[in-house]
Amino acid sequence: MKRDDLVGYAVPAFTLGLGLLVWEGIVRYFNIPPYLLPAPSVIIATLFTDWPTLSTSLWVTLSITLKALLAAVIGSVTLAVIFAQSRLVERAFYPFAVALQVTPIVAIAPLLLIYLTPSVAVLVCAFLVAFFPLLANTTLGLSSADHNLVDLFNMYRATRLQQFMLLRLWSALPYFLAGLRISGGLALIGAIVAEIAAGSAGQGSGLAYRIVESGFRLNIPRMFAALLLISVAGITIHVLLTALSHWLLAEWHESERGREA
Amino acid sequence: MTKVATFPTGRGTASSTANAAPLVSFKGVDKVFANQVMALSGLDLEIRGGEFLALLGPSGCGKSTVLRLLTGLAAPTRGEISWSCERPEFGFVFQDPTLMPWSDVFSNVWLPLRLAGVSKEKARPRIDEALAQVGLSGFAKSYPRQLSGGMKMRVSIARALVTRPAVLLMDEPFAALDEITRLRLNDDLAALQSALGATVVFVTHSVFESVYLADRIVVMAARPGRAVAEIAVEAPPVRREGFRLTAGYAETCRLTSAALHVAMGEEPPSELTE
Repeated sequence: MKRDDLVGYAVPAFTLGLGLLVWEGIVRYFNIPPYLLPAPSVIIATLFTDWPTLSTSLWVTLSITLKALLAAVIGSVTLAVIFAQSRLVERAFYPFAVALQVTPIVAIAPLLLIYLTPSVAVLVCAFLVAFFPLLANTTLGLSSADHNLVDLFNMYRATRLQQFMLLRLWSALPYFLAGLRISGGLALIGAIVAEIAAGSAGQGSGLAYRIVESGFRLNIPRMFAALLLISVAGITIHVLLTALSHWLLAEWHESERGREA
Repeated sequence: MTKVATFPTGRGTASSTANAAPLVSFKGVDKVFANQVMALSGLDLEIRGGEFLALLGPSGCGKSTVLRLLTGLAAPTRGEISWSCERPEFGFVFQDPTLMPWSDVFSNVWLPLRLAGVSKEKARPRIDEALAQVGLSGFAKSYPRQLSGGMKMRVSIARALVTRPAVLLMDEPFAALDEITRLRLNDDLAALQSALGATVVFVTHSVFESVYLADRIVVMAARPGRAVAEIAVEAPPVRREGFRLTAGYAETCRLTSAALHVAMGEEPPSELTE
């Protein structure tokens, strides 16, 4: 087990390091100018020199992502709970949710930019993409309680509230968390795409705006540095949500438990 | 319904109540599901207080439907189900343990009392008692995932016992367990029932299980579900493994198997009818 763990971390770390070295080597050997392809060392150096600007942008993008994700969680759980009360309500509102989901966010963004201030429009875009996976998963989860347990609750004359708090909420939790992991990544993507769509109309402070701006100025190292920060932000969100999921499900859910030897 | 055989029952609780008014009687009960499947047709059945009744039959004979009708989770389409008293408190054990995986053993057993508004502290003595009855003292903090199939089933039985129900309904509770675990749970259930004196209605596919456990066996036939035979079981007051080796046990198994063949529309093999 210990050995497997070591190999599990060492192998990907080694291949990543090797890839970066090859990249660095090729750039140096062929003398590729940084405005075509900056070496990893140059990107890291840029990250440090441009940190004041980039960190502000990172914070803007992260705060949009997190606000959007939070709004999506509150909105989708509320709506899923309402759906769970009545099949009719679910039928009535589901088409709207689907229509919003399948329409590409880039196509909605210009419209939102007309109606809303740029910063709110970006937030709404990120919210919309994060919303649907959470809604779909939570709705499914709330209706997936073991029917024998539902019978048991009815037999002991449980109230609707008891059945909801002690049974449906727990049954829905693994589904909700799976949705949250998808939506966490999507909220970031939504924020970036909307910022790019907003372009110069935006107040120009998020990481996506930095990328567009750096492109115009041919500041390619900064472009890569911003890109790196977006990746790191995405990975961090994923890791944190996976940890949250593990923490909440570790004791009991199949998905979080290895096969006992 | 033909009475295949009637033996005097040896068990104290059963014989003393055998002539008493039935706890509940089904008269001409039909149950038709929403999909037009006729689960039960003209079922007549009496359940006596304190007896261990086994419902034996092939799949689709409506055994489980009888349990649902008893709990009131389903209502008969036609016919009448009358209780001699107010509908009593039930304990229910499913074929699967049907535990809440997110709760530990304690909270799973607490559930029926919790739903009735009994606090954790007030419920604790009853939960400890129920866990002791099924031999799981010391496992209160375990999660279902950490338990074997047999232990999970014990938790399920403890949950059914925690309200001290007058009637225990069991829907093929041991069908999914291995033979060794199943026999052990049969012994424990037999001991438990004679200690508690509760009425037990036990649905099973197994001739041997029904004869080992029951005071009375009602054999059911499928499509549509109905009762076709009734067999009383002669047995010592407390059943132990030795009962399986007696001539009475073998004879009752023979009668029951023959009745089951008839229920399934087959000619019983000659070795069962001789």
